[in-house]
Amino acid sequence: MALSTSSNFAKPDDAFRAVVEAHRGLSDAQSADLDAALVLILANHIGDLDVLREAIELAKRRMIEASQQQQQQQ
Amino acid sequence: MTQPSNIQFGYRRHPDQARADGDAAHHAVVIVGAGPVGLSLAIDLAQRGQAVVLLDDADRIGEGSRAICFSKRSLEFWDRLGVGQRMVDKGVVWSVGRIFHGASQLYQFNLLPEQGHKRPAFINLQQFHAEAYLVDRVQELAAIDLRWRNKVTSLEQRNDHALLTVETPDGPYRLRANYVVACDGARSSLRQMVGAEFAGKMFEDQFLIADVRMTAEFPTERWFWFDPPFHAGRSALLHKQPDDIWRIDLQLHPDADPAVEKRPENVRPRIARMLGHEKFEFEWISLYKFQCRRMQRFLHGRVMFAGDAAHQVSPFGARGANSGLEDAENLAWKLDRVLRKVSPEALLESYHTERSAAADENIRESTRSTDFMAPVSRQEARLRKAVLSLARETEFGKRMINGGRLSVPSIYDSPLSTADTEVWRGGPRPGASMPDAPVAGRGGETTFLTEAFIKAGTRFTLLEFCNGAAVERPDGVGVIRIGGNDGLGDSAGLVGARYDAEPGTAYLLRPDGYVAARFRHPTRTALDVALARATGHN
Repeated sequence: MALSTSSNFAKPDDAFRAVVEAHRGLSDAQSADLDAALVLILANHIGDLDVLREAIELAKRRMIEASQQQQQQQ
Repeated sequence: MTQPSNIQFGYRRHPDQARADGDAAHHAVVIVGAGPVGLSLAIDLAQRGQAVVLLDDADRIGEGSRAICFSKRSLEFWDRLGVGQRMVDKGVVWSVGRIFHGASQLYQFNLLPEQGHKRPAFINLQQFHAEAYLVDRVQELAAIDLRWRNKVTSLEQRNDHALLTVETPDGPYRLRANYVVACDGARSSLRQMVGAEFAGKMFEDQFLIADVRMTAEFPTERWFWFDPPFHAGRSALLHKQPDDIWRIDLQLHPDADPAVEKRPENVRPRIARMLGHEKFEFEWISLYKFQCRRMQRFLHGRVMFAGDAAHQVSPFGARGANSGLEDAENLAWKLDRVLRKVSPEALLESYHTERSAAADENIRESTRSTDFMAPVSRQEARLRKAVLSLARETEFGKRMINGGRLSVPSIYDSPLSTADTEVWRGGPRPGASMPDAPVAGRGGETTFLTEAFIKAGTRFTLLEFCNGAAVERPDGVGVIRIGGNDGLGDSAGLVGARYDAEPGTAYLLRPDGYVAARFRHPTRTALDVALARATGHN
C-alpha cells in the first residue's frame, strides 16, 4: 500500500481548518474551481500515479457507500 | 485547387479481365486502395522483390489537403522507399509548437530539440502531393501493377487464396490472391465484406477544417489556441502548408448545423477575425466529427487491414496517416518473408499484435487530446480551466495542457523481441525504433545511421560497435559497423550515446528499423536465437 492513510499532520485540526478556510466566502462554483486547482497541485506534488489512483479509489469508495446508505433508507 | 497536374490517371484494360471466371488470374498480393498507405506498402513490397497488384476504385488522387503532418518516422520510411527527399523538399519543416490561452502564450514545445538527425520532427505537406510523389515512384517499379477504376465488389475466402470480384468500366472480372491487404480507408468496403465490426467512441463536438490561401509572415510553427479572442470559448489551430496554404481548424458547438457552418459566407468572418484581415481565399472546407475506433483483429483469413481501414483517431496529434504508414512498414517485410516461405505464416500474427497495440495507444492519446479540447462535463471543464490557469505560473501545468500529443513511433511489446538480459542505461530497447545519429563515411563525409541502414539493405542488420574481432553473422543479415578500421566514424559520439554503446555492443535491427535484440557481447548462438524469434520461428 503506497498511499499513506495514517495521520501525517502533527495537528490534523490545523490542516483541516486550512482547507475549510480556503473555501470561506466562496460561491459553490468558486469552491469547485479552487478544489480542481488544489487537486492538481497536490497530485503533481505527490508525483506518483499509483498513489494518486489509490487516493481516487479511497475517495470514490465514500461515494459508493453513501449512495448505498441512501438506498437503504428509502 | 492547387493540385498537381498529373493527378488524373487513365483506366487501362488489363489482360486479367479477359480471363474466364473459373480461370481467374492468381497473384501473390493484391492491395486495395492507392492512398498513402497502399502506395507505400506496394513500393516496400516491390523493393523486396514481390509482384504487387494495386487496385483503386477512383482514377484520381483525393481532393483537399486531408492529412498534412508527416512525422520523422514516416519520412525515414519514405527515405527507404526512395521518396523521402522529394517530400522534404516540397514540405514545410517544423518542430516548434505554441499553445495560447486567450491572447497570451502559455507554452512552447520543441519536438526535436537535439541535432544530428537526418529528418526533422515533422513536415507539413498536403496529402495529394505525397500521393502524387508515391504514384511517381510506383511508376518506376515494374513489379507494381496499379489499376485505376478497379473497385472490389466481393470477396470470398478460400483455403489457400482469396477470390475477389472487381468492377471496372469494362465490367467485372475476378482475381485470386494469396493475400489481400485492405488499405481502403475509414469507410473500407473490404471491412464490411469480412463482416468485421468497427465500434468505438464518437465525439459530439464538430470541427471545421479550412485550407486558405494567403501570403503571411507567421512562423512555420504549430499554433494552438484555447478560448482565443477570435473564437470565444472554443479551440483553434493554425498550421502552414506549402504553396502559401494555411490549415485552420476551428472547434464548433456540438449543436452547430453542419450545412450552415460549412458555407463560405459563414466561415469567412470567423477566419477574418482570426487572421485580422480578409486577404485570403478558400482552397478547401470540411466539417466533421471524430471517431476513435479500431477493428478487433487486423487479420481476417487472407485479408489484412492497414491504415484508416483498421483504425481511426481524431486528427489532433497527426496519428492517422502516420500510423497507417507505420502499419505499412511493419507489414511489408513480414508479408515478403511469408511469401518467400522463409518465415511461417504465423509471423503475420505479429503484425496484428504490434499494430493493434499501437492503434490502442494512438486512440488513447488522441481521445485524451479531444477530451481536453471538448470537456464533457462541468467538472471536466473546471479541471481544464485549472490546468490552463496553473500553466501561467507552473511547469507542471504547462505539461498537462493537451492541445494534441504528436505522433511518435510506438514501442512494441512483441513476441519478436528478445528481452534484455544485460544492463543498459539507455538506448532503444527491443521493440523500439532505431534512433538516427550522424556518422562519418570512410571519406570523412557526413552521413546518417538511417542512410547506413538503407545501404546495408533494409533487411535484418547488425549494428555493431567495434571491439576488434567481429562476431560471425547469420546468413542474410546486413551489417553497420561503427568504429574500427573499416567502420563508420562517430566523432561526435552521438551514435554511442544514443545506443548506450560500449566496445562490443551490438543491436539486431529488423527490416523496418526496429530493434529485435541487443547484446553487450553477442555470440553467434545468441544472434541465431534472436533472429529465429524475430522471424517467427519459435
